[in-house]
Amino acid sequence: MSAQQFFFIVTAFVILFSAMMTVLSHKMMHSALWFVLALLGVAVIYALLEASFFAVVQVLVYVGAIAILIIFSVMLTRKAMEDTGSPVNKTWVLSLVIVLLTTVGGFLAFRTWGALKAFPADLLPVHYDIGELGLALVDPERFALPFEVTSILLLAALVGAIYIAFGRKEDNQ
Amino acid sequence: MIPLSWYLILSGLLFLIGLLAVLIRRNAIGILMGVELILNAANINLLAFWRYLYGYNGDLRGQVFVIVIFVVAAAEAAVGLAMIISAYRRKNTIVANDIDLLKG
Repeated sequence: MSAQQFFFIVTAFVILFSAMMTVLSHKMMHSALWFVLALLGVAVIYALLEASFFAVVQVLVYVGAIAILIIFSVMLTRKAMEDTGSPVNKTWVLSLVIVLLTTVGGFLAFRTWGALKAFPADLLPVHYDIGELGLALVDPERFALPFEVTSILLLAALVGAIYIAFGRKEDNQ
Repeated sequence: MIPLSWYLILSGLLFLIGLLAVLIRRNAIGILMGVELILNAANINLLAFWRYLYGYNGDLRGQVFVIVIFVVAAAEAAVGLAMIISAYRRKNTIVANDIDLLKG
């Protein structure tokens, strides 16, 4: 086992354990902090895939922005959570059955997927250039359209989020 | 060298844990965290396939997909949390079963 493989396995266990704790923690705050650890582990996986840009963006966007948003909303809604007994709902048995069936189905599909053997065992050195990615995103011949559509989606979502979260006058009394 | 299948198994398991979070959490913020885990699992898959199929020749399609998913995840978190805060103001609860403002 190479050092890289060992590192991958350790990271994978950290990710899966903290994701599991995210689901099972009774306190929402603990759940949010385990969630941050899982996201950091995913950033390490991106680094192992030699996609350094995405490792940094993962830390900036998820750990920096989304985790802060989630922790803020946990703190803003704290009163409502202290009365709840169990973190899981009444239909958890059915949910567990669905997840187990999905696991079995996915495992069977994975086992019988012949194309997996066609992938190279030895990787060629990565060709990675941030400048090229940036130019491709604004090149009309390449990805300018998806890029612009994505930015309009982000703008609309943020305007909508501000509108929804903004308190209306009749609520303030 | 790490085989491709390891990445696929990791992202599959992460997806299943996210699915479990979406299905069993009572707290709406917990459901949102499950959705984020699912999106992360998809991103691991996309980047792994990009690395193993196109990582050597400068094909950027996989990376552009990942960027789009990052933006969609950020937008989804912002809108979802705004809706949770708004529902909390009106109903004073964030248990998903009790938020029934749209029921006639």
